[in-house]
Amino acid sequence: MYQWDFGILWSYRWLFLNGLGVTVGFTVVIVVLGLVFGLFGAFGSLSRFKAVRLLALTFIEAFRCTPILVQLIWFYYALPILAGVEMTPITASALALSLYGGSFYSEIIRGGIISIDKGQSEAGAALGMTPGQSMRRIVLPQAIKRMIPALMNQSIIQFKNTSLVSVLAVPDLVYQSQVAAHDSYRPLETYTAVAVAYAAILIPLTIIVRRGEKRLAVSE
Amino acid sequence: MSETSKIEIRSLRKSFGSNEVLKNINLDVPKGGVVALIGPSGSGKSTLLRCINLLVTPDGGSVRVGDTRFQFGEGAKLPDVKTLARFRATTGMVFQHFNLFPHMTTLQNVMEGPVTVRRMAKADAEKLARAQLAKVGLAEKADQYPATLSGGQKQRVAIARALAMEPDVMLFDEATSALDPELVGEVLSVIQQLASEGMTMVIVTHEIAFAREVADRLIFMRDGVVVEEGPARQVIDNPKESATRAFLSHFHRTGALPPANAAS
Repeated sequence: MYQWDFGILWSYRWLFLNGLGVTVGFTVVIVVLGLVFGLFGAFGSLSRFKAVRLLALTFIEAFRCTPILVQLIWFYYALPILAGVEMTPITASALALSLYGGSFYSEIIRGGIISIDKGQSEAGAALGMTPGQSMRRIVLPQAIKRMIPALMNQSIIQFKNTSLVSVLAVPDLVYQSQVAAHDSYRPLETYTAVAVAYAAILIPLTIIVRRGEKRLAVSE
Repeated sequence: MSETSKIEIRSLRKSFGSNEVLKNINLDVPKGGVVALIGPSGSGKSTLLRCINLLVTPDGGSVRVGDTRFQFGEGAKLPDVKTLARFRATTGMVFQHFNLFPHMTTLQNVMEGPVTVRRMAKADAEKLARAQLAKVGLAEKADQYPATLSGGQKQRVAIARALAMEPDVMLFDEATSALDPELVGEVLSVIQQLASEGMTMVIVTHEIAFAREVADRLIFMRDGVVVEEGPARQVIDNPKESATRAFLSHFHRTGALPPANAAS
């Protein structure tokens, strides 16, 4: 029978906290950047111009349909060779994860916009609104309400996806725990603690999302 | 007639794919005139109405409302979004399914056009909106959301919303078709009141008795063409064309309007 000894992890507490800080900070960056890419992707895919639509759809499908691990490695190792852009591991992984998340955000935002009845934008147009005005005043306020739960879910997935940046030696929680595991010869305790740390952050978040969903359902 | 007409439509054509919905339509509505468009579903009457404020872009012909004229077809450039928006601001439209903005209160719905499109100060827009709501008998519903209103109330708010733009022309697209029978009267009486105030209107409707009562002229359409046109009473009481007779035989053509019993 294996003898658990979590006490041994205490001496690595600063390492873990450091890693957790990087993971959380990284998530904030890739969620914000991802939403920006998502907005461009969504509006691009709904554009009146075919070339813009095609460009947006290419971006969305390219990132949605390839594994994030491959993208991370490709951005760090292949892009410098192809484009001559040298990137730090942090920049490469922030870019890859933001674009990957952005492709999913795009589809959520696009879906939210097209789920609004066409009569709504028609009513806006009939009042004399430009397409931009009716998007801002009529369609988006209703669409955003519908998007929020899905956007939150995708952001939770993004939080977990940050664990992959350890392959590029970005010192996130997983990377630091690898260091701790090698050093202490206690991988079981280390990775159990890491799993608990992720869950401890995400479970309260999911509860908040679920409450939010209920409140939105009531106000519909 | 075309000298004084408010709306003038010439040789209008529209196809959706291979389906020709409007075939060479001409229409004149004088200032203060009320024209009712009737016909079976698929006859093109709603499309014609939507061509008047260019929610549907015609393939050919011309549309003029007031002093603004648009030409469509070969060689004609399509109007840009700003021109279109400015043009539509001068016509009010009421839809079959109300299309109220569910995230705004009744008052905000009516204020939206004046504030966003006409750039009116909030306080002035509110005064105007409250006046329009009072006009349709819903002053006390100002702070409620559309979801809490009955169908008839929703449609009256939609009329107030269109009126708040102070349009020259009102277009009604089967405004009572989605309503329970007992709620039709309250909406029709609002439209009737507008007619008596001299509003220029084009009304797509299945309420034949109402059309007979309120409209000056009646146009019967079928398969994208105008089959018969004339003074409303004359066409309804003595239709000349057999297609018109066949269509009208499905309706009670005379009699009192449905009562506007529930005032709010």
